Amino acid sequence: MPVAATVEFRNVTKRYDVRAKGTPGAVNDLSLSVPAGKICVLVGPSGCGKTTSLKMVNRLIEPTSGQILIDGVDAATREVTELRRGIGYVIQQVGLFPHQSIAANVATVPRLLGWPQARQRERAEELLGIVGLDPARYRDRYPAQLSGGERQRVGVARALAADPPIMLMDEPFGAVDPIVRERLQNEFLRLQEELAKTILFVTHDIDEAIKMGELVAVLEVGGKLAQFGPPDEILASPASVFVARFVGADRGLKRLSLSRVRDLDLRLPAIARVGEDCAEARRRAAADPFPYLLLVDDQSRPIGWIPDQDVPPSGSLTEAMAVPMSPLLNRRTTLKDALSLLLDADVQAGIVVDRAGAAMGLVTMEMLAERMRETAGDPRFSPPPEPIDEEPGAAEAIGA
Amino acid sequence: MIRWEWITSNASQLVEATLDHLALTAVAVSVGFAISFLLSIVIVRQRRLASAITGTAGVLYTIPSLALFAFLVPFTGLSFLSAQIGLVSYTLLILIRNIVAGLDGVPADVREAADGMGYGPARRFLSVELPLAMPLIIAGLRIATVTTIGLVVVAAVIGQGGLGQVMVRGFNFRNDTAVYTGAVLIVVLAIMADLLLAGIGRLVTPWARARGS
Repeated sequence: MPVAATVEFRNVTKRYDVRAKGTPGAVNDLSLSVPAGKICVLVGPSGCGKTTSLKMVNRLIEPTSGQILIDGVDAATREVTELRRGIGYVIQQVGLFPHQSIAANVATVPRLLGWPQARQRERAEELLGIVGLDPARYRDRYPAQLSGGERQRVGVARALAADPPIMLMDEPFGAVDPIVRERLQNEFLRLQEELAKTILFVTHDIDEAIKMGELVAVLEVGGKLAQFGPPDEILASPASVFVARFVGADRGLKRLSLSRVRDLDLRLPAIARVGEDCAEARRRAAADPFPYLLLVDDQSRPIGWIPDQDVPPSGSLTEAMAVPMSPLLNRRTTLKDALSLLLDADVQAGIVVDRAGAAMGLVTMEMLAERMRETAGDPRFSPPPEPIDEEPGAAEAIGA
Repeated sequence: MIRWEWITSNASQLVEATLDHLALTAVAVSVGFAISFLLSIVIVRQRRLASAITGTAGVLYTIPSLALFAFLVPFTGLSFLSAQIGLVSYTLLILIRNIVAGLDGVPADVREAADGMGYGPARRFLSVELPLAMPLIIAGLRIATVTTIGLVVVAAVIGQGGLGQVMVRGFNFRNDTAVYTGAVLIVVLAIMADLLLAGIGRLVTPWARARGS
């Protein structure tokens, strides 16, 4: 069985004659291709057809016209239950079977596929472990005995049970509180690094789309593909006014969340060790335009700053001379978090340290502002136009 | 006055009447359940037939039992069949309502998940929807059974009453002991049947009690 499969939408259209309440959104001539092993997020306001598009992959909804190819094979030509058993499916309300134990829920697809009992059980326990639920504690419980976050983990485990090459996830973390959501997102991304499934992920939340997606498809109401590309590209150069407004006026800031400290060329400040000669340190500090000297211990771990003019003309440097420190960052800190830390501490620079805690360089406000200017510099949609007489409903559609 | 020696000397007759009573009830509830189950599936699939079906069952339910049995005699005689037609008619409304409510109560997300994971329609019905409808179905069966045990007494007017016969004969021959014994046995029967079904319900829905912890 392949680990991942490609998914390709080819001119897929879904029309509804009457759009009654509860009818999913229509889809208009959607063409996009998701390479194997990538997470593609479908994002857009309600009624943009993102869920409809997702459900056409496992044929819970049949397209009016067009094709969906999975590894080059038209999904419409495959036997529908067989197709679905080969595609993991996670929904917002989870939809666990209340009358079955957690282990039985996880083993749903293996059971449908007729695996031997022992293998079903083994697989269920393995998956519970993978999603961070102790099998001994959870396997015999019923869904009603679990918290929302735990249920959602079981939902993910269930979708993974038969090791499907494709996963469809419809607002999978939408029903849990923000803290749990963040944790589930991070865990899922870590999991995906090992699994490398092809994932189609639906959300209405642009922040989630940017965080989860390697590719992001922005859909407009009416089911039209507004833009398709990596998140950074969507933030850096929105293809239309709609996309610019959907990603938000703070897209420069959002873009910072896509880059990490390791992506920057760190600034190297003047550094001196405790016990070093003051005169020598003073000379070095003067040669550097940054008005502070960074004091570190004998293992290069930062202690604090000494303003250039406060370095004594002679003697040796002591810890007592240093003033409170800047926030410490590491190479994996996102630039958005770095900015937030600098603002919180009300300082101009953060110190980047390595695993051992040794100083590697600085991230300054200036560097972060420069990064944001690269985005804001795109003249086409900055600032996004603000219509004065907005039609009722238009704002809602975009904000939804 | 209760004459205990009457009870002991008529023990075999009482046992027979009790078994008759049970048989009338069991057949009526089983047949009623089979019909109701099929009609409920029809309703769930064809919602526009719902009012016609439950309406008919409702009309049957409102006919006074004595009148219904009397009405059937010219057609089916003083027979087991006459009794069953009446008894079955009265179970339909209760059972259909509960089965439909049970099936309707299956959460939409559970159905969607079942479809999305590749359940076929029949398998989804049998291993997802039916088990989830079970608490309400069992509840309906309990009411229908207890009601039927009471109604069997009325079927005594066409000579098919089980313990009802014992009571009627007691009235006719001014035998209080027979009347009371019949009445007590009917109550015992009803309570036992209800407890039995409740027990079965607990056994088949262990998940329904699992909350919190």
